[in-house]
Amino acid sequence: MATVIIPTPLRKFTHNASKLQVEAATVGEALQRLSAEYPELKKHLLDEHGQIRTFVNLFVGEDDVRDLQWADTPLSAEATLSIVPAIAGGLGDWAKVTFSKEELARYHRHIIIPEFGLEAQQKLKAARVLVVGSGGLGSPLLLYLAAAGVGTIGIVDFDRVDDSNLQRQVLFGVDAVGQPKVEAARQRLEALNPHIRIVTYNTQLHSGNALDILRDYDVVADGTDNFPTRYLVNDACVLLGKPNVYASIFQFEGQVSVFNHRSPAGELGPNYRDLYPTPPPPGLVPSCAEGGVLGVLPGIIGSLQACEVIKVITGVGEPLSGRLFLFDALKFEARVFRVKRRADNPLTGERPTITQLIDYEQFCGVRVVERPVRQISVQELLRWQAEGRTFQLVDVREPHEYEAANIGAELIPLGTVAENAHRFSRECPVVVHCRSGARSAKAIRELEERFGFDNLFNLEGGILAYLEEVKPTLAG
Amino acid sequence: MNLSFAPHVYEYLLADALQAFPEECCGFLFGTLMADGTRSLTDILAVTNAKEGDRRRRFEIAPRDYLRAERHADERGLTLLGIYHSHPNHPAIPSEHDRLAAQPFFSYVIVSVLDGRIGRVRSWRLNEAQQFEEEAIGHGQITTPTL
Repeated sequence: MATVIIPTPLRKFTHNASKLQVEAATVGEALQRLSAEYPELKKHLLDEHGQIRTFVNLFVGEDDVRDLQWADTPLSAEATLSIVPAIAGGLGDWAKVTFSKEELARYHRHIIIPEFGLEAQQKLKAARVLVVGSGGLGSPLLLYLAAAGVGTIGIVDFDRVDDSNLQRQVLFGVDAVGQPKVEAARQRLEALNPHIRIVTYNTQLHSGNALDILRDYDVVADGTDNFPTRYLVNDACVLLGKPNVYASIFQFEGQVSVFNHRSPAGELGPNYRDLYPTPPPPGLVPSCAEGGVLGVLPGIIGSLQACEVIKVITGVGEPLSGRLFLFDALKFEARVFRVKRRADNPLTGERPTITQLIDYEQFCGVRVVERPVRQISVQELLRWQAEGRTFQLVDVREPHEYEAANIGAELIPLGTVAENAHRFSRECPVVVHCRSGARSAKAIRELEERFGFDNLFNLEGGILAYLEEVKPTLAG
Repeated sequence: MNLSFAPHVYEYLLADALQAFPEECCGFLFGTLMADGTRSLTDILAVTNAKEGDRRRRFEIAPRDYLRAERHADERGLTLLGIYHSHPNHPAIPSEHDRLAAQPFFSYVIVSVLDGRIGRVRSWRLNEAQQFEEEAIGHGQITTPTL
């Protein structure tokens, strides 16, 4: 019979026995015997999946079983199996954080809250948060995280600021239209708080780069507007062991939750796949771009998301882990649902099947980035005009915009493009424009997909770019 | 909950915290669990802080050192009652790192060292809810002789 040495802290679960004799051929068998005999002990040795806990080390004689054969390490009758709790602690990285006079003045209203104090402010400054998507949710999220003093903020977005964003994306002003969102966001946030570091990723998050980008952060906040990226962020967070503060919005409704959060007692909370095991059929749930959203709603939901990020970092209060918050702005109703971990979760269930990132566009049956359309620059258009080439010019803005300023194009507002498809020429190139290029791209995609056009060009930068280019000539 | 230090153990503890500054020191405390629940600490064992990287802000005790400590207790008929470590330039209050890694039963004694001078010494123990509760520190029946 092998001898098992019980460490002092666990002896209260073995009726104060410091040594136990166990009939077992391997380490795994010995643990099972002990767990069966002392159920209280089991909780401290094995996690919910029956795996040896990370805070527990096992030694056979003088050797760590990790260097032997783990649970399969054989035990002879004379063997001694020692259970060794990991002993560690210390101040942690946040404790070396100090503040300048300006910062102390800036964060004064945080520091004077008794439950928050200097310690929570230090944790904020030491924290690294990655915000995925700098749109409707990302705007309030980034503004509040930057204002609150989160020391390092990463921003991932591949988009440029468009006119149609300004109704809700309060991070951006008119001046930012046409700029990459991450750049415009950086300028705004650095102006708001010069004491923090902004890291930008002007790229689409995909399976190939997600782990490398997320690895450098402590908390991830998902403010994306599509299912492939949402599952991608979720899976990457689970694989890397990062908490994922999630929010989403649609029309008048919003959701918030905290996924993959480990409680102080070490218990892991549910993740997005526990809430939604599979994505909805493609097309069933429209995006904000298709279905619309009340502009103030992401302001409300993104602020709640920022609040949860701050709680997760500081450990202040109870994070929204294991719960889903729903807000209906129309009825002004809020509800909170419990979310439990599912045994069939492919990441964290009993039999995990996903151990690396997958193709999320294929998994969800939708594309993250819309198909590019053919572009034409203003210079090229001017050359066509100068050369007297035959082409049709169509403006898809609204009539009032057309009245205010136009460049002599035919007016077919975006909403009426399908019913007016016959008015688009198939004989010659057609240049389509709007104010800055987003609506015309949408019109072109619709015409190409539904009516098979192959002669459409999108005017880069829209009428804004055209007037910019032409104005100096007029003045001169 | 009550903790009582034999004078030589207390002096050794403070000396270890001072010599390690500005890094964190760590080690084991041994003694006897009295009938009234008081923990009488009569022996101490300093160990090397095994934390790679920043020893100013973290400590880690190697599993082999832990095994040595259990043997040390066994051979002397004592009980391994606690772990001590220092907080350089910080109060003697457990951090989140301390709490996450803490074991039940053990007394966690923290010595605050401020700019190279001993600050407060406090002791903490996990309760059932996995939260630290402070325990009172006394200095045993033997009062430190005055000369």
